[in-house]
Amino acid sequence: MGIENKGQSTVERGVAFARSGPGGALVAAFAAFLVVDLILKLLGLGASFSLATVPVVRELPVLGGLSGGIGGAIPVGQFSSYVWNGLVIGLVIGLASIGLSLTYSILNFANFAHGDYLTTGAFSGWAVAYVIAGFGSLDLVNLVLLRTPPGDVGANLWLSPLAVVLGLVVSILATLVFALAIDRVVYRPIRDADGISLLIASVGVAFALRYLISLVFGNSRRIVTSTESLPSVNVVAAIPDLVPDAIINVIPSVLVPSNAGSLIVNAHEVTLIVVAVLLMLGLHYLLQRTKLGKAMRAMADNRDLARVTGIPTERVINTTWIIGAGLTGAAGFLLVLSQGGLGFTTGWRLLLLIFAAVIMGGIGSIYGAIAGGLVIGLASRVSLVWLQGDWSAFARPTAFLLMILILLFRPSGIFSGVKTT
Amino acid sequence: MSDDPVQTNDEPSLFTQVVRNDAFKVAVLLAGIWLLFYALSAFLEYPTYGVVATIRRVTFLSAVYAIAVLALNIQWGYTGLFNIGVAGFMAVGAYTTVILSADPGGVPPGFGLPLPIGVLGGILAAVVIGLVAALPALRLDADYLAIVTVAFSEIIRLTLNSPVLIDITGGASGFDNLPTSPVQSILLTDPGSIISEPTALGSFVFGLGEPLDLTRIVMINIVYTLGVLVVLLLVYLVLERAGKSPFGRVLKAIREDEVAAQSLGKNTQSFKVRAFALGCGLMGLAGILWYAMGPRASVVPANFRPELTFYIFIALILGGAGSNTGSIIGGAVFASLLYEAPPLLSDVAVKLLADYNVALPSAPDNVVVTLSTGDPLAVVAFLLANIDTLRFMFMGALLVLLVQYKPDGILGDRTETAAAVPLSDDSRPTNANAGGETDE
Repeated sequence: MGIENKGQSTVERGVAFARSGPGGALVAAFAAFLVVDLILKLLGLGASFSLATVPVVRELPVLGGLSGGIGGAIPVGQFSSYVWNGLVIGLVIGLASIGLSLTYSILNFANFAHGDYLTTGAFSGWAVAYVIAGFGSLDLVNLVLLRTPPGDVGANLWLSPLAVVLGLVVSILATLVFALAIDRVVYRPIRDADGISLLIASVGVAFALRYLISLVFGNSRRIVTSTESLPSVNVVAAIPDLVPDAIINVIPSVLVPSNAGSLIVNAHEVTLIVVAVLLMLGLHYLLQRTKLGKAMRAMADNRDLARVTGIPTERVINTTWIIGAGLTGAAGFLLVLSQGGLGFTTGWRLLLLIFAAVIMGGIGSIYGAIAGGLVIGLASRVSLVWLQGDWSAFARPTAFLLMILILLFRPSGIFSGVKTT
Repeated sequence: MSDDPVQTNDEPSLFTQVVRNDAFKVAVLLAGIWLLFYALSAFLEYPTYGVVATIRRVTFLSAVYAIAVLALNIQWGYTGLFNIGVAGFMAVGAYTTVILSADPGGVPPGFGLPLPIGVLGGILAAVVIGLVAALPALRLDADYLAIVTVAFSEIIRLTLNSPVLIDITGGASGFDNLPTSPVQSILLTDPGSIISEPTALGSFVFGLGEPLDLTRIVMINIVYTLGVLVVLLLVYLVLERAGKSPFGRVLKAIREDEVAAQSLGKNTQSFKVRAFALGCGLMGLAGILWYAMGPRASVVPANFRPELTFYIFIALILGGAGSNTGSIIGGAVFASLLYEAPPLLSDVAVKLLADYNVALPSAPDNVVVTLSTGDPLAVVAFLLANIDTLRFMFMGALLVLLVQYKPDGILGDRTETAAAVPLSDDSRPTNANAGGETDE
């Protein structure tokens, strides 16, 4: 898949970007500084630079780093936890951003209701999973409304695998049904309106959908999954067996000491990664083997031209919603599977990060969206290396800032050279 | 109201008449809103001060919404800059003002500057932050600008919210150490104490309230609300003047066709930046009047969520982007009918049902139970109990319907003296033809 072979070209682009102007050079220099700083931190070399002030550097990582100190010490286990969590959240964002990217390029508008599609998927999928897992023994109303304590239901992959699998399927189906219905009622009558009108309509959809969910499921945030007897592994302890595929690309293996911290990986996270990658591969084959991908590209370029060449544009639009919303619903379900928490604003809070991923990958590019999701997910977690303690609240703003910088300096996305499908 | 645009469209050139018409419309609308809320609260048998306070609250919200909508109108309605970071700029204004003017001895400490300087500083800070956002971002397409601005406002909110700045901003619990209300400084000899001896003006104002048994707090809030109305009028007049000046005409030209404006020799970038900065300053002002002082004073990051931006957007679209009068009407209609009225209407419905001896069952606590009872009254009870949530769903649906059926809003009269030649979409072809004919 495109991600690996983008590594080199990204570096090349980065160099070209740094030469493009003072702003680019500044950003590139800062990025280079962070990379050097990170390597020093992983090697534990910070002490040699600022012997007496190591604690200060640790407490004020960014300021300390900028005021002369560099490096420090960060346990490899902790760092790999950041990377792992970043990967998990990045795949969720990547999965959700495929849909946003597709609708953005084919229907020509920024869908602000996309986050709420994700919430729809999460609630519908888990409601069904709860009903299946707890049917018969527990009160049905509380099950449907996700009010039963997750421990009683046994809401995890290990205790009720069938419920989780069916929940995933329902989350996909329910979200795409919602998306098609909304398209029929809201967007089809104004298909040819300008992007801003459609954007405003999508804000309306976002409000209506979000508060519909709140009306049905209530407005409290809840923990949905239980980790009771869920298999989990401390990977750093068992490094040679499990880690390489996921992490070796990021840290050279010489830097991995076996005694530094821990990275705990549970079955839900592994499931999330497996399912997300399978869905992405499935989409890849769907678009490669059928004419659909070509039709979508044609429509993204020029809808009228596509129509006169005989492409059934409405059908392609429906397919776009089916793919996009289905994947988004799955992303919502998987997000809850790995993170546990769910409220009616879950998707809304994620929306800006999804936008960041889409923009980073270049609007319309599926592989770009996936890669953008991974970059945003990793950036929002790995930035915790520098943003420690109270500063960790700045992880989200950092991701937003990254998005703004990309919009300003490379509005076509950092992977814009790679073609969709 | 549907025939209003027709009227204005018929006589766009008669400047004074339009202004008179607009003033009349706003006055009728305000009177209607007051009457409605008087009727609602009187029907609910609120005590006198409750009726007065309800009307005062609706008026205040209408006025602050109107100022914010006017600010957005300069950016989007006039210039076509799709800024959905309004809440962020309001936060900058409100926070700067309270930090500049708060008591240095309080927690978190302020600078203790006089309030007018604080307000000025707040507006300037919003302008500066607006410029920081605008200078690079205005090159972008409309929807990219939208995403940049909403991200920017979230960065502002999350920064204000962060524990790192807790000594400056108060973090997530907000800036508690609010400066003294300007109204109290005018009406009371000791502004810090509500029971202190009133000034000469104060005893006059409080005397006005005595026949109706209105407390000092109610009177102070009324005076503040009247002050906000005066500010609204000033902002309106300034923007109305600016909109009809050459500056405003260039802005409208940029909205309609930026390339054309450029080819006519206008430095569109500079105009866009200035319009954006002006709008941001006014958003700061709206944030200050709304949250930094007065009856709703609370400077908390949670006030400045993106939802606030979307409320202001709904109000603008409702009134009609591109029209200052429409902005005021949109702000007032949104604040009163869409935001404040539903909870009251819900109470009225409950009381009406009770008056007709319809015993409403206690509302089930969730939708599944409600539907499974099969009792229509249970459904009604459930909906009435969840009127707050329904209100937001209704707003969403209304936004969709507006885009579908009335994209120009109630007063979306985008030709409003933009130029000698009408610039709106539907009039362009005929003018193009007319121009072509005379040329040939």
